[in-house]
Amino acid sequence: MNGFSPKITRRHFGALLAGSAFTLAAPAILRADTGPRLVVIGGGFGGASAARFARINYPDVNVTLIEPYDSFVTCPYGNLILGGRRELPQITHSYDGLRARGVDIVQNWAKDIDPVAKQVTLADDTQVAYDKLIVSPGIGLRWDAIEGYDEAASEIFPHAWMGGDGSQISILRRQLEELPEGGVVGLAIPPNPFRCPPGPYERISMIAHHLKQHNPRAKILAFDAKDGFSKQGLFQEGWEELYGDLIEWIPASEDGTIVAVDPQEKVFISEFGERHKVDVGNVIPPQYAAAIARDTGLADESGWVPVDPLTFAAGTAPDIHVIGDANIGAPMPKSGYVANSTAKQAVASAIADLRGESPPQNPVYFNTCYSHVGEEYGISVAAIFRLDDDGEIAATPDSGGVSPSGPLSEQAHNRRREAEYADAWYDSITTDMFS
Amino acid sequence: MSLLSQALRGGALALLLGAFAPVGAAQAEEIRTPMIAQGCAGCHGQSGAGMGAAPRIAGYGRDAFIATWEAFRDDERPATIMNRIAPGYTDEEVAELADYFSQLR
Repeated sequence: MNGFSPKITRRHFGALLAGSAFTLAAPAILRADTGPRLVVIGGGFGGASAARFARINYPDVNVTLIEPYDSFVTCPYGNLILGGRRELPQITHSYDGLRARGVDIVQNWAKDIDPVAKQVTLADDTQVAYDKLIVSPGIGLRWDAIEGYDEAASEIFPHAWMGGDGSQISILRRQLEELPEGGVVGLAIPPNPFRCPPGPYERISMIAHHLKQHNPRAKILAFDAKDGFSKQGLFQEGWEELYGDLIEWIPASEDGTIVAVDPQEKVFISEFGERHKVDVGNVIPPQYAAAIARDTGLADESGWVPVDPLTFAAGTAPDIHVIGDANIGAPMPKSGYVANSTAKQAVASAIADLRGESPPQNPVYFNTCYSHVGEEYGISVAAIFRLDDDGEIAATPDSGGVSPSGPLSEQAHNRRREAEYADAWYDSITTDMFS
Repeated sequence: MSLLSQALRGGALALLLGAFAPVGAAQAEEIRTPMIAQGCAGCHGQSGAGMGAAPRIAGYGRDAFIATWEAFRDDERPATIMNRIAPGYTDEEVAELADYFSQLR
């Protein structure tokens, strides 16, 4: 049901509206035809939030969302599929809610941007004109970074780090179910910066949760290209208490960096040449901004896009605002919540500029990242970001931070509440994107 | 733009959308959400309507909202996460949040 079929739907109102109550209304009235044109590339946490926010707050603005897939599979909560606690349909979201709000959904790839003519070129060479463009394309995987790890290899060693059509997370789930008794699950975890800093460690937790119930003699070897990670103390405390020696985390300083893989032999090869045989391998490769951001020159030599922290306008093109994982937003993490939060400031700034007004001043960008460590065991990190005196993004002092540490005997209530709050977050934020 | 489309965008569309959304949410959207309150929607639901375990904050009395916020900020109220979030906002911002959420029903 989730798949890419390149077809232009933006003038096919009849098809858009089929099956909804709106079929009785004349379709053209659902959207203004004379207002400014806001075009959004990418229908994920940044792009869907931007499109919805724009329709609610600026009803005179025409909003077009260009997205290659017909529905969105979230990366957040994908790890719960591995833990056996969610199924794919529960993390798959339709664009029908945005259509009902009058967002023009164009199911296609954006392959080029002309910042002078102000138009986006689609895969079939159709042009989409814009007055303001929001680019929220997410990440690209660096297929050149780990020797032997290419797109074909990801069918054997799935990355499961982009939602796509849901096939990657489904492959990994199936492999875990078929893991031989006492088998080895290897993970290769990338250096910073990458999408969802706590994600690999929640993944380790959810895989352990599955194995503890179904394959308790199995082992997880988590090879990391770093020596530290998000919420490290809390994760390791939880792993020790819930999973004992089922999990082994190997940091970069202990030769944890995986530089090559041999998918046929099912081997990970470390920086110092150690060959590690695994039964299931999850390779999360190094990342950069998605192709549309790199191919058009929006990204700099780092592979990510520099932006104005107040408006998210790209340094190279003032009418293009780049949000979500593709931009350089540090110290903000590449998280869904940050994409959602900054999407609103980017849209408000873009519309203000069209009206000859100033962007909203003194923005507050909000983030909370919840992670599930086990059943009824959630942890979080929160931060409130602002612009400092130099106009750079900075965490607000003396606020935010991680959940309190401590043994489950003392923290059971907090851990259970945070697991419940994580579920509330998922439902709330996806409502804020798609309803 | 035709008069019909203006009228529809102003009123009838809201009614149509209202058929899909809870009445409270449809009403709430008529009160413009200030930017400072946008972050709240990531957990507390649309217009503070609550979501699962995250409590409803729409309709919270203005003074009670501020008092609760201050109790979180000073760690004087049991909390898992709001005691970490509350210190990140200024008194003026908390007042703006209180004004907004207290207007909602």
